[in-house]
Amino acid sequence: MTQVIDRTGFIADAWAGVEAADLSEYAGGAVLLMPVDAAPEDAVAFFEAAQMIVIPFASSADGRGFSIAAALRGLGYRGHLRARGHVLVDQFRAALRQGFDDVEISDEQAARNPEAQWRTVALDLSYQSRLFAA
Amino acid sequence: MYKYTEFDSAFVRARIAEFRSQVERRIEGGLTEDEFKPLRLMNGLYLQLHAYMLRVAIPYGTLNSAQMRQLAMIAERWDKGYGHFTTRQNIQFNWPKLADVPDILEALADVEMHAIQTSGNCIRNVTADHFAGAVAGEVEDPRLTAELIRQWSTDHPEFAYLPRKFKVAVIGSDADRAVLRFHDIGLQVVREGGEIGYRVVIGGGLGRTPMIGKVVREFLPKRDLLAYLEAILRTYNMSGRRDNKYKARIKILVHETGLEVLKDRIEAHFEAQKRVLPDVNPAVRARIAEGFVAPALSERPAAALSMSPALRAFVDTNVTAHRDANHVIVTVSTKGIGTTPGDVSAAQMRVLADLAERYSHDELRISHEQNVILPHVHRDDLPAVHAALLAADLATANIGLISDIIACPGMDYCALATARSIPIAQQIGEAFADLDAQHDIGPLKIKISGCINACGHHHVGHIGILGLDRAGVENYQLTLGGDGTQEATLGTRTGPGFSYSEIVPAVERLIEAYLDLRQSREESFLDAYRRVGIAPFKAALYEDRDAKAA
Repeated sequence: MTQVIDRTGFIADAWAGVEAADLSEYAGGAVLLMPVDAAPEDAVAFFEAAQMIVIPFASSADGRGFSIAAALRGLGYRGHLRARGHVLVDQFRAALRQGFDDVEISDEQAARNPEAQWRTVALDLSYQSRLFAA
Repeated sequence: MYKYTEFDSAFVRARIAEFRSQVERRIEGGLTEDEFKPLRLMNGLYLQLHAYMLRVAIPYGTLNSAQMRQLAMIAERWDKGYGHFTTRQNIQFNWPKLADVPDILEALADVEMHAIQTSGNCIRNVTADHFAGAVAGEVEDPRLTAELIRQWSTDHPEFAYLPRKFKVAVIGSDADRAVLRFHDIGLQVVREGGEIGYRVVIGGGLGRTPMIGKVVREFLPKRDLLAYLEAILRTYNMSGRRDNKYKARIKILVHETGLEVLKDRIEAHFEAQKRVLPDVNPAVRARIAEGFVAPALSERPAAALSMSPALRAFVDTNVTAHRDANHVIVTVSTKGIGTTPGDVSAAQMRVLADLAERYSHDELRISHEQNVILPHVHRDDLPAVHAALLAADLATANIGLISDIIACPGMDYCALATARSIPIAQQIGEAFADLDAQHDIGPLKIKISGCINACGHHHVGHIGILGLDRAGVENYQLTLGGDGTQEATLGTRTGPGFSYSEIVPAVERLIEAYLDLRQSREESFLDAYRRVGIAPFKAALYEDRDAKAA
């Protein structure tokens, strides 16, 4: 089992039980799984069909997902974006800022990092938003 | 000097609070050691050979006197009374206790300093020409750009978990004092027509696979800088290798992919980023510019100095022309005979702070060559500055000479090192202790690394020394002809290495050979090497030794 977390804290998974199809086999289902070594442009054709795109985080040290998320948003994806896998409390702020709507972690990690830890993450201080504010 | 805004202060404090919570979570088990490691590294905390080491950023190498005094206080209160200036314009404290680190970070924040992103696989402390704003011929003070990049790169949500560390350097003129071509990104401020922009170099680096950076953009308009940097970083983050940490730097990506192909990818990301990234807020740019307004220099004409021989020698080596004829740039050597390159005691830090306050418009610089600079000194004040330095054992007149050696911490401190570096530097300093002889030998850069990671920049030393471990025994390889300036050249290996006791005599033989073959005193070691090639030096190194062995 897994735990989904968004800005409000631990939430129920609205897509629980929905099978995610890998980009290479995607045929129009609700959930598209975007491998981190694929080109974001290859997903553009499915932006309308995919209600949610899931980007896997095999390890918290692998930051490719942050670039993929920004690239998908930059290409115009407006649907739901999820980081799935090993995402740290300390990466939550970055994930939200890069355009993810929520993260999905293992129950084992959720036990180590209870909801309170995620809710104390400060979301407002950011050099980048300040730097580019008109 | 850039003054923190309320935002900067709030950010740094929040970051310390976050680090406190991370330390607590680590202790309670909420973070595993593997999870904690990148977090502590991104706050400058390493686990070294004997203890934790805290690396504090000195952004673009600029410090004021209050900051230097605070570093002295930290050295005395939480460390062993000294600090170590590094080749990346940082200062390292070698003996802090983990529990004290959040308090040390608070003390740094009190003087607008931090240890953020001095380590880890993220964009590191941005370095710049240590003579920025003081030397003639600049298109613009490179620190304007370096501070903008500091702000942009701090806690950037996309680029905190890169394949490997990422280093950026900025210079403002054709003279490269920042080893630009050996950084992941090197930016040179240039003017084209009436417009200011950048010449962009990528993929340089030292380490086990040294590479000279390549120009990826001859001219990038100033307003496009951050979008272009994001394009380079995104390209690297998505395609850089993650299977092997030794092949994970952008230099390998450039090498394996080819500059042209990579350039196309960068340009494609750039076009996309340009569309989505707004311009930099003019208020932010203005605030940064305020921080680097040139100091109001005295217009008092410099009087003719009557100099003692000691002051004369000091002026010959340690003083550089300032853009203003009445002023000079004074470089203070941390490489006295028998000292550790880059180490400065708390008492010395306070002397330097006092001198900066009184004679240098409250400014100090730290160079990548591990020296300290007083950038704006009136010529009339040179005798007073020299006398104060002399009293603090800081007046060694050896800048640019054989004993002005870069050395990494080596096996005396570093967990990665395979050999000692500091004692080699000290022994070379002692072997050439006679300053007159050093002056006779002339300009010479010796750089020593205690392992293949090359923190001591040995590849770009005129004489480079690399300490390795050969079956449990220290072995030192020599390279010749390296150059870290605008002439960027990698040194060439001479051949088999030398033992710990053989390496200093080997360097002495190189110097003897050079003195024999140079055409005149005006021909430097590097010039002579370029004229005659490696053969006569190899002969001096090996024939003599082999003859003795035979």
